[in-house]
Amino acid sequence: MSDTKDTKTAPGIRELAEITGRSDTRDVLAHATKQAARSYDDYFVVDIDAHVSEDHFWTEVLELIDNDVLRQIGLTQSKGFGGSNALLNISPGLSHQSVGGRIGHQGRREPVEGVPGHPFVTAARRGMDAMGLDYQIVFPSAMLLLGMHPQDDVEVELAKAFNRWMVEKILPQDARLKGLLYLPYNTPEVCEELVAKYAKADDIIGFTVCSTRNNAVHADCYMRLYAMIQDSGKPLAFHSGYHWGDPSFAQLNRFLSMHALSFTHYNQIHVTNWLVNAMPERFPRLKMLWVESGLAWIPFLMQRLDHEVLMRPSEAPGLKRLPSEYMREMFYTSQPMERTNMKLLEVTMEAFNAETQLLYSSDWPHWDWDAPSTIADLPFLSEQAKRNILGLNAARIFNLDTTRKKPAAAQVLAERPGVS
Amino acid sequence: MSDTAMRQKRDVTIGRLEELQQRERIVLDIEGIGVGVYFLHGEVRAWLNICPHQGGPVCQGKIMPRTVQKVGPDQKSKGLGFSETERNIVCPWHGFEFDILTGKHPSNPKLGLRALPVRVENGEVIVTV
Ligand code: FES
Repeated sequence: MSDTKDTKTAPGIRELAEITGRSDTRDVLAHATKQAARSYDDYFVVDIDAHVSEDHFWTEVLELIDNDVLRQIGLTQSKGFGGSNALLNISPGLSHQSVGGRIGHQGRREPVEGVPGHPFVTAARRGMDAMGLDYQIVFPSAMLLLGMHPQDDVEVELAKAFNRWMVEKILPQDARLKGLLYLPYNTPEVCEELVAKYAKADDIIGFTVCSTRNNAVHADCYMRLYAMIQDSGKPLAFHSGYHWGDPSFAQLNRFLSMHALSFTHYNQIHVTNWLVNAMPERFPRLKMLWVESGLAWIPFLMQRLDHEVLMRPSEAPGLKRLPSEYMREMFYTSQPMERTNMKLLEVTMEAFNAETQLLYSSDWPHWDWDAPSTIADLPFLSEQAKRNILGLNAARIFNLDTTRKKPAAAQVLAERPGVS
Repeated sequence: MSDTAMRQKRDVTIGRLEELQQRERIVLDIEGIGVGVYFLHGEVRAWLNICPHQGGPVCQGKIMPRTVQKVGPDQKSKGLGFSETERNIVCPWHGFEFDILTGKHPSNPKLGLRALPVRVENGEVIVTV
């Protein structure tokens, strides 16, 4: 029995609405804001991997295509069957990310009417404030599959248009948003042109290759590109993804099976080629970052490659150390961080020196995103390790100013709509 | 000591049982404590609005029938189906599902929602927070 009795309309009590794809990000993430207020509001936090839902603004990108013919095709498709996927190779009917609509923030459209600035920037700023982020690095979404596009010229034209859209329209609107330049890796000479053009752009803090592709990263056609990126001092990130059409994955009958394996698959292949061909010896100052494969694959691959290289050194003659030692010098992003077994996670983090090599990433607003509390609440990390992973490692690698950029969590909570 | 243990306990009448029956769920914020109150098959439950996964607002997502794998007597798959009796609370943050009546996750019964005391008195649903 209780001490007092109230109705649901009494002071201090209010009803909360269902969270849907139309809810304001600050309401959707209010629990993350409370977590920030409770444990990490004074930390410097950088989110290395969040996403632009570029399909919502796709005609803005299509209009920036240089090639007259592809621009005309893209804009025509966008008004018809192609819609917000014009020219892209994603399969909308195989895009089960929202689990039949259960997870509304994947592909959400929240009210931004009346707020000055680009709607994407408004939504992104709300997300940064709600999660307590000082900076957020934004990647494309549907374009993550472009490496498998059968038309190389389409990848080139969309890459150029998307990069212009980011650099000219989006990033200048908020100093807390930063980008990694999309490299159309199927066409190395265009990647070189783009690196030359954007290497000094302040808001472009690195370069990205979408990992879902079948190009061998050690191919000689990429050596000049790597040299240019190494000279820029900015990191090269391989962002993993999925491709259900890949023959290995075509035998998997559920999205979850394919998703679980493919996001680790592509980065494992690229790291394997990178190491066996001794790329760290050839580009020792190139900062390599592996994005969105979680962490569990890292000790697996370290052990597999060490095991094989010890028996077959003649097949990896450029290596002067064990593959795992090079892997301990690479950088990794955290999401989707496997954490159903804390003991395994602790050992995993030890294996690659997470304290200095791991960078927090949210993947917001995708369905399997991670809140900063996934790091802040880990029972086995020191305070300093948490601060490093949540922001200071990113500041070191990307050369970011660590003065506080975000509003106080209490202020964000007080100012949110509070509908949900 | 937890926040709830230090606070004075408070009874909150969330409404008539018929209203809850018709709406299936009512979620309240009671001085910063979120609670979802549910009605199913004549039973009432109240769950804390904090997901055991990453602390998301679990009671504010969709309610869906449990998905079942139908298997014939020959062990051949008969495809997916919706349960006609079991309904799940779906956390809107990442989709963890919990049975409305037991609060348990369908794949891991060790994972569950935290129950709050709830009762029906003179046709009114009263939750203690
Ligand atoms: S917080 Fe509920 S599913 Fe992740």
